Amino acid sequence: MTPRRQRLLLVVGILAGTAIGAAFALRAFSGDILYYYTPSKVFAKHIPDGRVFRLGGLVEKGSVKRESGTLTVRFVITDNHRTIPVVFTGVLPALFRPGQGVIASGHLDSGGMFVANKVLAKHDAKYMPLKIYNKKHGTDYTRPGGMNRGGVRGGA
Amino acid sequence: MFTWLHKLGSPPLLYRVAGRSTPWFKWTAFLLLALGLVGGLILAPPDYQQGDGFRIIYVHVPSAILSLAVFVLMAVAGAIGLIWRLRMAHAVAVAAAPLGAAFTFITLITGSLWGKPMWGTYWAWGPRLTSELVLLFLYFGYIAVINAFPNQRSGDRAGAIFAIIAAVDIPIIHYSVYWWTSLHQGASLSFTNSSISPAMLWPLLVMIVAFTLYFCWLLSIRLRTEILRRERRASWVRTLTITGAKNAKLA
Amino acid sequence: MRSWHEFITMGGYARYVWSAYGVVLIVLVASAWSSCNGLRRILFRVRNYPVGGGEQ
Repeated sequence: MTPRRQRLLLVVGILAGTAIGAAFALRAFSGDILYYYTPSKVFAKHIPDGRVFRLGGLVEKGSVKRESGTLTVRFVITDNHRTIPVVFTGVLPALFRPGQGVIASGHLDSGGMFVANKVLAKHDAKYMPLKIYNKKHGTDYTRPGGMNRGGVRGGA
Repeated sequence: MFTWLHKLGSPPLLYRVAGRSTPWFKWTAFLLLALGLVGGLILAPPDYQQGDGFRIIYVHVPSAILSLAVFVLMAVAGAIGLIWRLRMAHAVAVAAAPLGAAFTFITLITGSLWGKPMWGTYWAWGPRLTSELVLLFLYFGYIAVINAFPNQRSGDRAGAIFAIIAAVDIPIIHYSVYWWTSLHQGASLSFTNSSISPAMLWPLLVMIVAFTLYFCWLLSIRLRTEILRRERRASWVRTLTITGAKNAKLA
Repeated sequence: MRSWHEFITMGGYARYVWSAYGVVLIVLVASAWSSCNGLRRILFRVRNYPVGGGEQ
């Protein structure tokens, strides 16, 4: 075996060793680094009232209700199987809208209502101009659903 | 098969090649940066749900790609340096490291400035964000390792082994959005079907090429610096200083 | 084509968009400056101390 081949094998060995180690570590972690619970998982795991956790799912269409004069908003998070009602007081992110994936952190109260102190909205990784969105969905929004209320986020 | 590699492994030749290519990288980078900025900030229409806030991707995505690519380059150069005993391959890795760290820093800052209005938070300890932050520390770790040894060869070898081992973070960053469900979305760019409208896509592609060329520009300068630092006692450096003040000019 | 006002305000996202581009500008310029400066300094050293490149 030439010295160069020895060094090649050494490098390949280091690479393989690290990759296998990392793979085992990731497998061991994969159960623990669950970033959020879906409504079905919440029901399956019986999370005690008052324990703080993250709840993730889709904002059920037609469920968003804003209390007039306050920053309080009520909506329902669904995973198309089970649902959990959510109440939140504060500023919602720009990507929040019905049908959108969201992650809320907070706790369940005794009545089964999720009291959120933070609501984060997921992005669907899609980018398109409003004109194309309107064409695709047969809508006629004039403003993007960003910081204003008149755009896409007001609809659905 | 690797004769071209061995040829480039000669310091004076690599020094000349890097010096000749510097202005080309520089001017094409600036040209494409200008084009990409006009395209991204002015010509591209606002996004249907993010409005003008989406324009941050034109700097975030290119630097994110480079933050990963530069580390891969360092690991590959390190492996070549170890296996074929090419000292110049180590010089490339050493020259690239601070630039990779800079792109990682840009990625983290611009990502969090996008995250605040869109997700609703500057930072979330999700797998993608955490593994990218780890990458920044790996760059710092690499720089610390290569400087920890009094002699060049030990530093080069230790750095190369560190880079090869640390490169395990690269696939973790890339696949994190598919392996775990978290806040960060999947990729919008792909070779076959991107989920970005063409009117918004072309400035992004231009910016990716522009950032890459900008990296190549600075890499060619840093590589020459690194070669001179290593070869300062060599006779070719002395002839260089006598013959060519213009040859060694900054581009 | 968008208006000058729309360009400056970025549809309400000016704070985030412009600070992101500002950070990019600062970091890119700083890395270019430090790279060029590094080469300038090493060239100065090898020119002025041809033998050994001026060991410290």
